[in-house]
Amino acid sequence: MSSAIQVRQVHKHFGAVRALDGVDLEVKQGEFFALLGPNGAGKTTLINTLAGLARADRGELRVMGYDVVRDYREARRALGVVPQELVFDPFFTVRETLEIQSGYFGLRANDAWIDEVIARLDLTDKAHVNMRALSGGMKRRVLVAQALVHKPPVIVLDEPTAGVDVELRQGLWGFIRELNRAGHTIVLTTHYLEEAETLCSRIAMLKQGRIVALDTTHNLLNRFSGRSVRLKLCPGHLPPALKPLMQEQESGCYTLALSDYPALERVLAALRAEGVQVQELEILQADLEDVFIQIMRKREA
Amino acid sequence: MTGFYTLLYKELLRFWKVSFQTIVAPLITVLLYLLVFSQVLEEHVQPYPGVSYTAFLIPGLAMMAVLQNAFANSSSSLIQSKITGNIVFVLLPPFAYWEMFLAYTLAAVARGLAVGAGVYLFTIGFIDLPLKSPLWALMFAVLGSALLGALGIVAGIWAEKFDQLAAFQNFLIMPLTFLSGVFYSIHSLPPFWQELSRLNPFFFMIDGFRYGFFGVSDISPYASLAIVGGCFLGISLLTLWLLKIGYKLRS
Ligand SMILES: Nc1ncnc2c1ncn2[C@@H]1O[C@H](COP(=O)(O)OP(=O)(O)O)[C@@H](O)[C@H]1O
Ligand SMILES: [Mg+2]
Repeated sequence: MSSAIQVRQVHKHFGAVRALDGVDLEVKQGEFFALLGPNGAGKTTLINTLAGLARADRGELRVMGYDVVRDYREARRALGVVPQELVFDPFFTVRETLEIQSGYFGLRANDAWIDEVIARLDLTDKAHVNMRALSGGMKRRVLVAQALVHKPPVIVLDEPTAGVDVELRQGLWGFIRELNRAGHTIVLTTHYLEEAETLCSRIAMLKQGRIVALDTTHNLLNRFSGRSVRLKLCPGHLPPALKPLMQEQESGCYTLALSDYPALERVLAALRAEGVQVQELEILQADLEDVFIQIMRKREA
Repeated sequence: MTGFYTLLYKELLRFWKVSFQTIVAPLITVLLYLLVFSQVLEEHVQPYPGVSYTAFLIPGLAMMAVLQNAFANSSSSLIQSKITGNIVFVLLPPFAYWEMFLAYTLAAVARGLAVGAGVYLFTIGFIDLPLKSPLWALMFAVLGSALLGALGIVAGIWAEKFDQLAAFQNFLIMPLTFLSGVFYSIHSLPPFWQELSRLNPFFFMIDGFRYGFFGVSDISPYASLAIVGGCFLGISLLTLWLLKIGYKLRS
C-alpha cells in the first residue's frame, strides 16, 4: 500500500528565502497528522508544492503514490486542500460554489454528498446565500466543504481554525475525525497546539524550511519535557539529595523533574528520610506547547 | 470532460450574472458610436460603391465590440480570480491545460458573439444591411473572438494588477482595433498608413468580417482567414505553454 503523502528532499526558495530546505516526510494512509511550526516555517509552502500551487525547485512529492508533477491529475484528484487564505468567489451562492467545485473534479451526480457536507458543516441555512454575504467563520466552513466535495482520500487543512469560534472548531473536528475513522488521511496545520495534541497521532515540526522533529505525539510529549512534580514542603527546604532534580523554585514551591513515575516514589522516600512533610503535590504533564517551545529554542542554540 | 464543461459553465455564468455590465453596457457604447459617426460622416464618405457609410460602419463596430468584449472576458475573469485569490479553486482540480484554455476561450467567444449579435439585431431594425455570406461573417466573428479570448488569457496571466491590464487594453487592444479600418476603408488612407494597417491583425479580422456582409473587402477573405487563423494558432500555443509551465499562476 502506498503512503498517503511522500515528500523526498524537497527544496523551494523565494529569492533569498529558503522556504523549504530539504524536507523529507512520509504520511501513512489513515493517519491524523499535524504539521507545526512558527509563522514562516514553510508549512503553507509545503502544502502548496503538494497541491501543485507551487513548484518545488528540487525533490519529489507524491500523493497516494502519484507524482504531483508527472501524474498531476491523479495526484490532485486524491487531494483535498483547505487553503489558509479566506478566499471565495463572490459570484456564487454556497451551493453553487460546491456544485461547481464538484464538477471541476469530474463529478456529475454528487448531490447527496454535497447535501451531507452542507448539513455536517451547519451550512444548511446558508445554502442559497451569496458567498459575499457570509461571515468569516461561514466562509471558512465553505472552504472546508469545497475541499471535501470530491471525497479525497487525503485531506490537508492549512490553519482551518484560525479566527474561528470554539463551537465551529468542535463541530469541524468532530466531522474531520469521522472522516479519519472512515479511512481518510488528515494533515493539518494549526496554531492551537492543544488541537494537534488531542487530534493527531503524529507530528512534524518545521522550522525555517527544515523538519526539526518528527514523531508520534506520545513520544514527543515524553521525550522532550517528560513529567515533573511540584511540591510545597514543611519545613520549606529541599533535601540536598534532591537538588539535582530541581527545575524551578518559586515561593516555597519546588518543581522537580521526574524521569518516570517510579522516580516519584524515590523523591518521596528521600523526603521521608529527612523528615520533610509534603503539604501540596501536583504532577505536571508536559503539553505540546512546552515541547514546541523547547524544540524551537533548542535549534536556536 | 465534466470538469471542462463545469469550468465553461462557470465562466459563462460569471458574465451572464452581470450581463448588464458585460453585454448591455458595451452594446450601448457601440450604438452611441454608430449614432455619432453615421450622423457626421454619412454625407461625406462612401467607402464601397452602393454601400452607405452607416451600413459600412455597422459590421466594423460590431466586430470591434466582439473583439474587445472577448478580450475583456477572459482577462478580467483571470485577473479578478488572481487578485481575490479564488484562482486556487481552478488550480487545485485536475484540469488538463487544454481544458482551461478551451473553457476560458469559449466563454470569451460566447460573450463576444452575444454583444456582436446584439449590435446586429438592434441595427437591422433601422438600417438596411445586406448579409451576403453569413458563414464568412460567423467564421471571422468566432475566430476573431477566440483569438482575443486567448490573448485575454495571456494578459490576465501576465498582469498582476488591474492597471497593468488596463495598460494592455489601452495601449495595445484599443489602438489596434481603432486603427484597423473600423471607421474607414484602408484604400482611403495614404500609402504609408495602408502598409502599416497590413501589419495589424485586427485589420484582417474586420475586413474579413465585413466581406460576409457586403461580399466586397479590401483584401481577399481567404488571405484574411489564413492570417487570422495563423495568429490564433500562434497565440493558442503561447497560451497553452504558459498554462503548462504555470507562469505566474503556480509560483
Ligand atoms: N510567494 C512567495 N513569495 C515570496 N516569499 C514567499 C512566498 N511564499 C512564501 N514565502 C516565504 O517563504 C517562507 C515560508 O512561508 P510559508 O510557507 O507561508 O510559512 P508558514 O505557512 O509556515 O507560515 C516565509 O519566509 C515566506 O515569507
Ligand atoms: Mg501558512
